[in-house]
Amino acid sequence: MKTRWVSMSNYQEMAIAKAINAGLRRAMQKDEKVLVFGEDVARLGGVFRVTEGLLDEFGESRIFNSPIAESGIVGTAIGLAMRGYRSVAEIQFDGFVFPAFNQITSQLARLTYRSEGFQQMPVVIRIPVGGGIGAVEHHSESPEAYFAHTPGLRIVSPSNPNDAYWMIQQSIESPDPVIFLEPKRRYWQKGPVNLDTAPLPLHSARLLREGSDLTLIAHGPMVATALQAAELGAEEGVNIEVIDLRSLSPVDYPTLLASVQKTSRVVIAQEAPNNVSLGSEIAARIAEQAYYYLEAPVLRVGGFDTPYPPAKLEEEYLPDADRILEAVDRVLAY
Amino acid sequence: MTPANEPMLQLLAPDGSYGVEKPFSRYGEVIDSLGEDQLRTFYRDMARIRRFDQEAIALQRQGQLGLWVPAIGQEAAQIGSGYAVGQNDHIFPSYREHGVAITHGVELMSILKMMRGVNHGGWNPEETRFHLYAIVLGSQVLHAVGYAMGVKLDGKVGTGDLENDLAVISYFGDGATAEGDVSESLLFAAVNEAPIVFFVQNNQWAISSNIASQTKVPLYRRGEGFGVPGLRVDGNDVLACYAATKIHMDEAREGKGPYLLEALTYRIGAHTTSDDPSKYRDESEVEYWRQRDPIARFEVFLRRQGVEESFFEEVAEAGDELARDIREQTFALPKPPLESIFDNVYSDDHPEITAQRAWLRAYEDQMGEHE
Repeated sequence: MKTRWVSMSNYQEMAIAKAINAGLRRAMQKDEKVLVFGEDVARLGGVFRVTEGLLDEFGESRIFNSPIAESGIVGTAIGLAMRGYRSVAEIQFDGFVFPAFNQITSQLARLTYRSEGFQQMPVVIRIPVGGGIGAVEHHSESPEAYFAHTPGLRIVSPSNPNDAYWMIQQSIESPDPVIFLEPKRRYWQKGPVNLDTAPLPLHSARLLREGSDLTLIAHGPMVATALQAAELGAEEGVNIEVIDLRSLSPVDYPTLLASVQKTSRVVIAQEAPNNVSLGSEIAARIAEQAYYYLEAPVLRVGGFDTPYPPAKLEEEYLPDADRILEAVDRVLAY
Repeated sequence: MTPANEPMLQLLAPDGSYGVEKPFSRYGEVIDSLGEDQLRTFYRDMARIRRFDQEAIALQRQGQLGLWVPAIGQEAAQIGSGYAVGQNDHIFPSYREHGVAITHGVELMSILKMMRGVNHGGWNPEETRFHLYAIVLGSQVLHAVGYAMGVKLDGKVGTGDLENDLAVISYFGDGATAEGDVSESLLFAAVNEAPIVFFVQNNQWAISSNIASQTKVPLYRRGEGFGVPGLRVDGNDVLACYAATKIHMDEAREGKGPYLLEALTYRIGAHTTSDDPSKYRDESEVEYWRQRDPIARFEVFLRRQGVEESFFEEVAEAGDELARDIREQTFALPKPPLESIFDNVYSDDHPEITAQRAWLRAYEDQMGEHE
């Protein structure tokens, strides 16, 4: 049938950074209230070039550089939301979001609640996150737990170009604030993007690889590592199911629990330090809601509980396929 | 006790005499255009908000409010500036702007509701154009600047169409000027040429820290390094506050960019009902400022203008009636239903909220708790 041919023609191969760029462009074309701003996003296109070319197409009233003041970036995005704009604010690096922490957690997250629904906060905060690029301090953080702990925020993180393209658009359409965590070391990872149809709702997890022995949960930059671990595991005869969380708040527990009911064993991989992390919460929820299905404790493979180390040590600091498989072995030993 | 000798717009001296210094003649012209009705309204609302304030303190002392934040002494700064804000303009207050609130139709009961712990907001900021109280110091100033940037993007600045154009005013205190958000606000407003007036009520005390510990340079000059010019206004002079706000809001609306007004006033009362100012300041200082009271000063002026005694009697009676009324209404405020905590956490559906709401409902049914 010709449908296959037609649908294939609407796929385009692109890297994650380019896919976010294309998603932003489409959102800006669809809704003239969508604004993009942050540090160096205009002429330069951002330090990762995610917003490259948007200035030429949309002009400086739609995309503009902000002063280097993160609280100001988020605070003005809130005011613009009150005026009916949908801001996409870029925070240049994960470690630079903290000057904006008050505006995000005490203001952005709460204004709809405080105003009893009179004011909506359709603001997207894009943050490149995670390590692995050999950077200096404050450029490799995984701050998702700080935000996931805050009621009123939604937090998502794509792991591939197709999700990146669609999830940025879905985030912009949300009437609620969305923290959009971009896996910076995967920015250049290429893949097909379906330009016609969104793959899933914004807050759904994706069963990425079916397996029967164990459920491996990851998000953002760790998804590729999890898939690699699953491939290696398969060579050793371990059949690992991989789930890409996509949404970190809310977490799509029905998808996770369905998998746990099948496999009875869980490993959660993340870059963030394990203490009081997203993985901690997921482990607790699985224990609560799938207790009788579990054959082993839920294990977390994450960063150590240290500050992010100097770049020469990050390869060993970040969980890799071997560290994940070590946990897999421990879980399977029960 | 008195701040350093700095130029200051004052039209009404503490003894109630009116006069315009030459450099300030354009501010005087604004007052020349006011009718007697408007002057009476200034007085009526200043007296009203003071009576309200006194009643709210009493309600707090009797356990009817969790907290009260008195604005006594700052009535001129608030009523004068509030009435100068135009019909399309937006106001971003801090948490002591009860006087500004009544100039824009915010129900006083909404403020009491919040202080009683019934809700966190209480009025519709879109409808009143008076945004919600902000408790984190300085946080609202950035929102105001963002709003003003949006107004400019909408093309509603400097078109010459007064029905169409609008500007924004943000209120904050001397204490809040120390917050980084206020500095960032001045910068963002300046580089974006946003239509905004920053209205600093310098009441000289940030809880127990006096103004000397908050700034080395007079606050009206705080914007200079950012490119925001400023003016000090006698904050206990309702006419000066009205004229200055009117002129600079008009200019912001016309596209002349941001401006900073420092209203020099004094916090006669405590920071809040939880505070005890006797621990950190002399009664003689308070007495000095009582002699410069904004309402007494304006009363002298009005009487000299020929306003009759019966007007002042009427205002006093109306104040007592208001006090009775808000007292009754406060007692009658219902406790909100517990389940309302789940409302508006998100605008869209959220599975955790849905699940926790259902759990609470089931729990309450099981425990037999019904409101």
